[in-house]
Amino acid sequence: MPLRKWWLQRGGNMSILINKNTRVITQGITGKTGMFHTKMCKEYAFGADCFVAGVTPKKGGQAYEGIPIYDSVKEAKVQTGATVSVIYVPPPFAAAAIDEAVEAEIDLVICITEGIPVRDMIRTRYKMQGSKTRLIGPNCPGLITPDEIKIGIMPGHIHKKGPIGVVSRSGTLTYEAVGQLRELGLGQSSCVGIGGDPVNGMKHIDVLKLFNDDPETEAVIMVGEIGGSDEEQCARWIKDNMKKPVIGFIAGVTAPPGKRMGHAGAIISGGKGTAQEKLAVMEECGIKVTKNPAEMGKLLKSVL
Amino acid sequence: MKIHEYQAKEILRKYGVPTPRGIPCFSVEEAIAAGKTLGGNVAVVKAQIHAGGRGKGGGVKVAKSPAELETYARQIFGMQLVTHQTGSEGQKVRRLLIEEGADIKKELYVGMVVDRGTQRVALMASSEGGMDIEEVAAHTPEKIHTVFIDPMKGLQDSEADDVAAKIGVPANLVPQARTLLQGLYRAFDETDASLAEINPMVITGDGRVVALDAKMNFDSNALYRHPDIVALRDLDEEDPNEIEASKFDLSYISLDGNIGCLVNGAGLAMATMDIVKLYGGNPANFLDVGGGATTEKVTEAFKLMLKNPNLRAILVNIFGGIMKCDVIAAGVVAAAHEVKLAVPLVVRLEGTNVELGKKILADSGLPIISAVNMADAAAKVVAAARG
Repeated sequence: MPLRKWWLQRGGNMSILINKNTRVITQGITGKTGMFHTKMCKEYAFGADCFVAGVTPKKGGQAYEGIPIYDSVKEAKVQTGATVSVIYVPPPFAAAAIDEAVEAEIDLVICITEGIPVRDMIRTRYKMQGSKTRLIGPNCPGLITPDEIKIGIMPGHIHKKGPIGVVSRSGTLTYEAVGQLRELGLGQSSCVGIGGDPVNGMKHIDVLKLFNDDPETEAVIMVGEIGGSDEEQCARWIKDNMKKPVIGFIAGVTAPPGKRMGHAGAIISGGKGTAQEKLAVMEECGIKVTKNPAEMGKLLKSVL
Repeated sequence: MKIHEYQAKEILRKYGVPTPRGIPCFSVEEAIAAGKTLGGNVAVVKAQIHAGGRGKGGGVKVAKSPAELETYARQIFGMQLVTHQTGSEGQKVRRLLIEEGADIKKELYVGMVVDRGTQRVALMASSEGGMDIEEVAAHTPEKIHTVFIDPMKGLQDSEADDVAAKIGVPANLVPQARTLLQGLYRAFDETDASLAEINPMVITGDGRVVALDAKMNFDSNALYRHPDIVALRDLDEEDPNEIEASKFDLSYISLDGNIGCLVNGAGLAMATMDIVKLYGGNPANFLDVGGGATTEKVTEAFKLMLKNPNLRAILVNIFGGIMKCDVIAAGVVAAAHEVKLAVPLVVRLEGTNVELGKKILADSGLPIISAVNMADAAAKVVAAARG
């Protein structure tokens, strides 16, 4: 019996991080963004079962779209058994919202909020040392396991279930990769947007490790951009450990140095973090890369 | 956000960082008066522009008499100062800093940045003062000493002393260096800086440790809580198009090509520039209209791109997620009418409500060149720009 069928029959957990059995708390559910995306997520696949609680201080006891609202993450967790939270709280308060979820020992926190001061994130990440909580983002589109659950702001309808893992620092460029896969008839196991901020939670390497261990994922598209050296670090890990083919694209070959390209973390500083440098290391590590963003899907198909 | 040297020094002084006495000046007359106020024989005339490399570009001169000071002030004030960071056209000098001279015995380097790997503020120090830290890192990396600062404890006495000793601060001056380094860190932390550099930090003949130069950049995400720093912004130093863009919450960066790019999302916007280049064209700008683009925002985006006299064609590349393609299409049509578009326009739409969006473009009667994917869009816009 093929592994996949065997796994599914046992009710196995295909995909990474989230699936249809995941229960989610939405922090900042009563804000404009929180309301809009909670509704969209609830309408996607098993979303109505998955989105079980909202948190807005002082609004406990109310409800939105039939989802009960609590005053704190701790209370929401106790009342619903949720293990994942998603954050739409505005930037000045978002790091404190992450802290609250970490203190409540939530397994996975996904912070969508863009514009959190780096100083706040340095302190939040410091407090997370030794904690079991995983953080995705901030400044990210979230993640999706197609046909099961989406947590975040990506358009659900472009995705379909399948064997390709996608990890990216960008939102719409991830959609572009997914769109190309769909054109070629290739679905996705999970798609993870890790975000465009310089100080964040999970990196490419953390997500790649999960894809490596996921029986449903057969190959991975890794999308990076200028700034930092996370892609290089991930590439070196891939060379020594990855059992599945990985293809890559890095945005920003034409980006001028010293300029912040939209994302807070997308900047070439002191000649470091160029796309050329990242592409070179990735190629050295045996990753097939393309300089043409229109050919991510095609390249992936060629390595299957 | 960037500020001038004299402004950075004002901030650092509040945190106990010693600097030479100096007076910012907005005219040659003020500079002459400042020289008199400072007294002494030697004064330094320093051009205040945001770009680095001012000394090599002729923007920093040591005057040994009031007459020399006047000569240098006249020379530097109003000049187009060209450095490796300004581009070939240079930057006009509109402000001067007149400072007392220093008797330099030793030049050292100290700087702070956010280190992504450790997710902490990194203090970097080197014995090679006056040189670009990038150069030192490339050629003699062993000369750079780094401390990753614990955000809860701050820079510890022992850490500061250790670094000071390693870069060659004499033992009797280590306490002074400690005061400077700890002040620098507190300034960095409390003002939400993204970069702080003292290059050089000098040891003077009379045994003082002084910040001879200073540079600070700030995290734009944190400016909302620092109105005092926002007040230091000098719009003369920024690209007028980028200022205009920021008013409409557009992320815009001018480039030297002739193909305007309007895209949603930073990563896709970079990828769009890359593919234009790959197909033989040259992007005129980076422009991310963000997730919540309205007709007004799209119109402003078009106006911005059209200010560029070199513009030969425009590429709109939208992958609609939350932003629906029909809304973008309506915005593009309205904008094209309002600005009386005279260059070829290539549009690639994908994602939510794509069919509705394409219909709006087709029904508009505008000569829009439609593209089916990114490659097609790049090929068409490059061809259109060539005419």
